[in-house]
Amino acid sequence: MTPRERLAAITFVAALRERRYSRAVSDLLWARWMMGTSLAFHIVFAAIGVAMPLFMVLAEWRWRRSGSDVHLELAKRWAKGTAILFAVGAVSGTVISFELGLLWPRFMEFAGPIIGMPFSLEGFAFFTEAIFLGIYLYGWDRVSPRVHLASGVVVAVSGAASAFFVTLANAWMNHPAGFALVNGVAADVDPIAAMFPPGWAHEVVHVVISCYVATGFAVAGIHAWALRREPGNAFHRAALGVALGVGGVAALLQPLSGDFSARQLAVTQPVKLAALEGHFHTERGAPLRIGGLPDVDAAETRWAIEIPAGLSLLAFHDPGAEVKGLLEFPRDRWPLVVPVHLAFQLMVGLGTALAAVSLAFFWLAWRGRTGTPLLGRRFLTVVALASPLGFVALEAGWMVTELGRQPYSVWGVQRTSEAVTPVPGLALPFWIFTAIYVFLGVMVVVLLRRQIAHAPGGGDAPASVVVSGGRT
Amino acid sequence: MSAADLLGAVTLAAVVFYALLGGADFGGGIWDLFASGPRAKEQRALIERAIGPIWEANHVWLILAVVVLFTGFPRAFAAVSIALFVPLVALLVGIVLRGAAFTFRLYDGRDPVQRAWGAVFSMSSVLAPLALGTAVGALASGRLRFESGVPAGGFMAWLAPFPIAIGLFATALFAYVAATYLAVEAHGALRDDFRRRGIIAGVAVFAAAALALALAHGHAPLIFAALTGRGWALPFHAATGVAAIVAFYALSTRRVRLARAAAVAQTALIIAGWGASQYPYLVVPDLTLANASAPARTQELLLWALGAGALLLFPCLYLLFRIFKGDRPFAIVDGAPRRGAR
Ligand code: HDD
Ligand code: HEM
Ligand code: HEM
Repeated sequence: MTPRERLAAITFVAALRERRYSRAVSDLLWARWMMGTSLAFHIVFAAIGVAMPLFMVLAEWRWRRSGSDVHLELAKRWAKGTAILFAVGAVSGTVISFELGLLWPRFMEFAGPIIGMPFSLEGFAFFTEAIFLGIYLYGWDRVSPRVHLASGVVVAVSGAASAFFVTLANAWMNHPAGFALVNGVAADVDPIAAMFPPGWAHEVVHVVISCYVATGFAVAGIHAWALRREPGNAFHRAALGVALGVGGVAALLQPLSGDFSARQLAVTQPVKLAALEGHFHTERGAPLRIGGLPDVDAAETRWAIEIPAGLSLLAFHDPGAEVKGLLEFPRDRWPLVVPVHLAFQLMVGLGTALAAVSLAFFWLAWRGRTGTPLLGRRFLTVVALASPLGFVALEAGWMVTELGRQPYSVWGVQRTSEAVTPVPGLALPFWIFTAIYVFLGVMVVVLLRRQIAHAPGGGDAPASVVVSGGRT
Repeated sequence: MSAADLLGAVTLAAVVFYALLGGADFGGGIWDLFASGPRAKEQRALIERAIGPIWEANHVWLILAVVVLFTGFPRAFAAVSIALFVPLVALLVGIVLRGAAFTFRLYDGRDPVQRAWGAVFSMSSVLAPLALGTAVGALASGRLRFESGVPAGGFMAWLAPFPIAIGLFATALFAYVAATYLAVEAHGALRDDFRRRGIIAGVAVFAAAALALALAHGHAPLIFAALTGRGWALPFHAATGVAAIVAFYALSTRRVRLARAAAVAQTALIIAGWGASQYPYLVVPDLTLANASAPARTQELLLWALGAGALLLFPCLYLLFRIFKGDRPFAIVDGAPRRGAR
């Protein structure tokens, strides 16, 4: 072989290696996109699955207490919508259970024995949820009123329980506990300790509340829109009362619980906190930055409104406290600073706005008792416009948590690149599932529109058509 | 019996329940595809009514099996997820489309739309059991070998005659149990439709089983040896055979509840037989219950959790079936024909 040929051969091999490497990198990206898409899709239906049963039960309970027929009609209509949404939630959740292994086999191999407990308990929550939802939806005239209402309560509780358990697993990914790492292998596994890692309570509370906020505002917005056109409609008024009542209380609690989450981060995941605040330099009396765009290379966040000592105050409840900046940590441990920061600003901004709307609602409702007409047209417009914002905030919050945990799958223990599957060509399944999600999403919207379009309750006449969930 | 063995038995039990309940829901979808004759519309309506309230609960058995697998046998879960990526993705596509299409059809009254969803529903009901059976067949075939965590035979090693035969077998089996359930829920001429379908599907099960056994000889030697050689094999086959004969007899003599019970017994025995012949392997021949196990403490806790969960679950399930499947949901003997409702 001439030196020239040798050189050519070496370059060739190097090029091959390079290609293999870049293929692996892009497969990792596809895997991350696929996981993120599936979860972002599922969480919409999951959040609805947590909150909607509560709304149904409240409506049915009002009907049983007061004999108000619109509330019965409401419970039945909501039940129909929930049946459609629940089915999509169940199948998309199944996809995720498999995807955990299909995309991240090394993660599951490592984490399965440690965090399997919450997943197993979640399985039983799914069972009770599905069983009693079946009874609730199809059993209007097969079981006694009391059993029917009780079934609804069980569904509402199990929905919250599934969210509780799966969030425990996520809390562990953020703060792994309950094992010792010996040569990269987990030893001394204690599944109970792993189930309740530091910070579990903060995350679980924040997540469960977010489901009521997002669903409450989404539902309230739809009925507010209808009320703008038909102000006297008793059906929509009843719906708005329940949805915004629950969603509003939740939206007022959400910033408080978010503050707990942020303080938790300051202790357990300071890099993440620094990323979401766009905070580069470690300092005492660190300012709170509202908005702005982090410039990673220049290590500064431009165009933000700065509130002096605000961050120290929020994170440690002490204006002089030192807050670690991103530069404190090696560059390869930084998450994607820009999207994490922007998503966080979006969540907090929307959370503040929704809390304000809720305050206004409760104030108006309180004033309503003293004779002024309930909810004017302008307020209804605001509520209608706020309809998607809860879900936007919820998705943004998950992006903060999940992107902010990068480059780790298990914080500080296992990198996402170590967790990924060796299966090549992940772009194809990504596009298949994405196409399915888009298609399902469109179908759900079409179907729900058809359900809502023929809403009863014009004037104050009791609804005469009683539709039962599903067909009998 | 070690914790690992016990957990393996629980996993197998979850698979049996999934086949008997979730599998039957897929079987219903298969009969939707083959709905024919003057009563095609009634057949579809019965299937829809039978599946509606229960399919989501039935489906959770699969999730339970997955969760137990990754908690109790994480190495096996990782290996299977890698080596069976393709059939598992196919299974998921089938599951998603089946569930969504079923619900959309139920809640969209327009005729042409219903027909389109019906087609998606029934075709995905064939895809899912085919994919699931193929995946299970691949586990038993001995074709899935691993070298430092990567499948030695590539990502398509599962694509071989034996796994596909098991896929066909699973599809036929699900259709068979579904037909016997539907025969119980139907009345009059509709019942005869499903009795006839049960007999046809029973023959298909038999043919697929014969094909799988013939292929096992060369393509899944370990299973073949166990099925023909181990001490328990003969009584097991005998029991399965008796159940099959009783089912045929009962189907042709209109004892539909007896037929259903026999078909359930037959299905449970077949799956249990597969599990026993594969014991102690999870993935033949590299992964066993023992070497894929999670730490003992995890397995013990999981067993406790499953036990407590079962105490909660079974009464709830009974309630569900009691409400939607009549007074004696699991009875073997046909009662006097009920009048009125339904
Ligand atoms: C309706 C949705 C919603 C609203 C209005 C808010 N959040 Fe939120 N937030 C979520 C929905 C959410 C979430 C999607 O549920 C997350 C993702 C993971 C989690 O723990 O909750 C989240 C995460 C999350 C985190 C990261 C936790 C972690 O990574 O461990 C912090 C620090 C906050 N939130 C703080 C706030 C603050 C200060 C808010 C003030 C207004 C706020 N959130 C409103
Ligand atoms: C790793 C993440 C997740 C996995 C593996 C997962 C898995 C699943 C599965 C398998 C189901 C179907 C259950 C059935 O058939 O009834 C489901 C539904 C559900 N999931 Fe998830 N899920 C995940 C994330 C989440 C999150 C973050 C939440 C809540 C905050 C959540 C809450 C629910 C709820 C309430 C349901 C009930 C179905 C519904 O109402 O739509 N899940 N999930
Ligand atoms: C439902 C709301 C959730 C959303 C929208 C969401 C979003 C995402 C996104 C976008 C990614 C990709 C991140 C990246 O690689 O850049 C991801 C990864 C992942 N998520 Fe979540 N997530 C959610 C909840 C959960 C929960 C509750 C779990 C709990 C077990 C979980 C487990 C995972 C795993 C295992 C990965 C892959 C490894 C990794 O990238 O870290 N997720 N998620």
